Amino acid sequence: MSDNLVVEDIGNEYKYGFVDEVKPVWKAEKGLSRRVVEAISYHKDEPAWMLEFRLKALEIYQSKPVPTWGADLSGLNMDEIYFYAKPTEKRDARSWEEVPEEIRRTYEKLGIPEAERKVLAGVGAQYDSEMVYHQVKKELQRLGVIFVSIEEGLKHHEDLFREYFATVIPPEDNKYAALNSAVWSGGSFVYVPKGVKVDLPLQAYFRVNTAELGQFERTIIVVDEGADMHYIEGCTAPTYTTDSFHSGVIEIVVNQGAKSRYTTIQNWSHNMYNLVTQRALVKKDAYHMWLDGNLGSKVTMKYPSSYLVEEGARSDILSIAFANTGQHQDAGGKLIFAASNTGGSIVSKSISKGSGRSSYRGLIKVYEGAKHVKVNVECDALLINEESRTDTYPYMEIEDDTATVGHEATVSRLNDEQIFYLQSRGLPEDEAAALIVRGFIEPVAKELPLEYAVELNRLIELEMEGSVG
Amino acid sequence: MVNQLEIRNLHAKIVDGETILNGVNLILPKGQVHAIMGPNGAGKSTLGKIIAGDPSYEITKGDILMDGESILEMEADERARNGLFLAFQYPVEVPGVSNANFLRLALQAKKGGEVNMMEFYGKLQKALQTLEWDESILTRYLNDGFSGGEKKRNEIMHMMVLEPTYAIMDETDSGLDIDALKVVAKGVNAMRGPNFGALLITHYQRLLNYIIPDAVHVMIDGRIVTSGGPELALKLEEQGYDWVKELAVTG
Repeated sequence: MSDNLVVEDIGNEYKYGFVDEVKPVWKAEKGLSRRVVEAISYHKDEPAWMLEFRLKALEIYQSKPVPTWGADLSGLNMDEIYFYAKPTEKRDARSWEEVPEEIRRTYEKLGIPEAERKVLAGVGAQYDSEMVYHQVKKELQRLGVIFVSIEEGLKHHEDLFREYFATVIPPEDNKYAALNSAVWSGGSFVYVPKGVKVDLPLQAYFRVNTAELGQFERTIIVVDEGADMHYIEGCTAPTYTTDSFHSGVIEIVVNQGAKSRYTTIQNWSHNMYNLVTQRALVKKDAYHMWLDGNLGSKVTMKYPSSYLVEEGARSDILSIAFANTGQHQDAGGKLIFAASNTGGSIVSKSISKGSGRSSYRGLIKVYEGAKHVKVNVECDALLINEESRTDTYPYMEIEDDTATVGHEATVSRLNDEQIFYLQSRGLPEDEAAALIVRGFIEPVAKELPLEYAVELNRLIELEMEGSVG
Repeated sequence: MVNQLEIRNLHAKIVDGETILNGVNLILPKGQVHAIMGPNGAGKSTLGKIIAGDPSYEITKGDILMDGESILEMEADERARNGLFLAFQYPVEVPGVSNANFLRLALQAKKGGEVNMMEFYGKLQKALQTLEWDESILTRYLNDGFSGGEKKRNEIMHMMVLEPTYAIMDETDSGLDIDALKVVAKGVNAMRGPNFGALLITHYQRLLNYIIPDAVHVMIDGRIVTSGGPELALKLEEQGYDWVKELAVTG
């Protein structure tokens, strides 16, 4: 493990901002219209019911106002966005050799094939609007694990697909869930059969290369009774002067006694609007963990949610947000308790640097009749500079008085005494500050697989360069 | 090369605040242990922090020389990498950062490269043995939730692993019971040798029963007013500081 603080890319804050010379084989015209939705559906060769669903969702999207309760979305101009770009004719390549060379090189730079060989059970790679690669270890395939692009899921497992699609997050849920429902493209379809334990994580990697593109991944994950799985999502994009847009919908069903974990390391370039709806339905005695790391993007609005709908269900939401100058991370989580003897927690750690702003926004809802719910919320904010900003919006709707609810919130500033103490042992000021930040997020970071914890630490160090003094 | 830490006519104040040091002169030869004693508010702790490079103080006059070279232009971390160490009076808590991991990073910074893990653990083991301590302290977060005694003992462990040339120990003895004091003294005595100099800042003579200093300096109102051998500490213990305060006025 290398967590040497002396990083090689000093001064290079965002190292994934490179652009590939890849022209999409087909790109929709700019802006959103019925014609664009029809074209996407046509390119995917979908059943008629899906096109119908999309067009209905488009109407819902158009009927809902842009939300104004959170981050500022006034700069997001839908007329300037391409809603679909097909990178290559071949979807879901089973080997990297089948992926066009330019695109493959990008994933090699990002270390994906290497990670696949060493630490992952399967990888899906989305480039612009399509999954160009999808593969899962043979032994898991034999056990009946399905890990394919969402399109392949619809094509080859239509019954299973229809059983779950849009059941956890219907298009009516919010404006951007409706938008995604209309123009979705890419994402994973995951099914882990009863009792199957997937020891290594499955990872999906999202890359946006085309400028002014909107990426609308749609993912369905079903973890059947007694099964166990960990899904990791990573994202990067080139840095453009124009804005890009990512709006995913992730639906997860965790059946009785199953365990699942969904980890996001979001490191979009700083021109990205990132508006994502993620929700898990957690059944009897099942467990789901969200580990949500938001470092990149211009604006993120993202509140992973767990609906605990049967007795004994539990869920933890761990959230890390890092807002640098020019960024607003509006993140948090929601826990909805609709059954007795359920429990969970939200732990949020946010860091604001420069004029960056991070907001914690969370909801705890306990329905009447859900007895003996235990829930705890802890949100800690760390401010690096004078002009850094943080806000906390904790919503609590507790309808049953047998619930035990804890809430704790702290705001602290990067502490000069801590810096001097660490410096007096030989660490330069920047490294001392980065170490304090690492310590601050440690309660969350320690839940990550080692390789990802190291990567997260490295990203934090890059972000912390030149932060003090 | 002059093998000594020299404080030359040092005047200093809190940044945007009051003056604390009024011309401190002191020479600590390498290989020796000196004690600085004095009443509360004499400026002893401030002197320690200023030598270590605390940016909350401003030097208005004078110099600090390590082996003949001025260190005033160096940041605290550069001073540390050059062989200076300050054991804090109030070690700072850094949650989430493990004690051993931090110490390894500090050693790496000092050596300017990767540290051999075997060698590092060897150093840790040796320090723990001397300090009669078990390994559990290594995986705990740095000073986080440590008792007062544990914090002081941990400072000495850091010192033993980082092996500075000159160490300043700021009231390392305060708040320690007699057993802990003996253990801390054992650590300091284990460091003694021709390549190590130490400045012990203390209120009480008690520590000096276990670490016999080569010289004792008395500081009052931001100046060293008198110096002597270990017997000076005993005299202060018996007679208090009033007689030296008079020296300060007449001197």
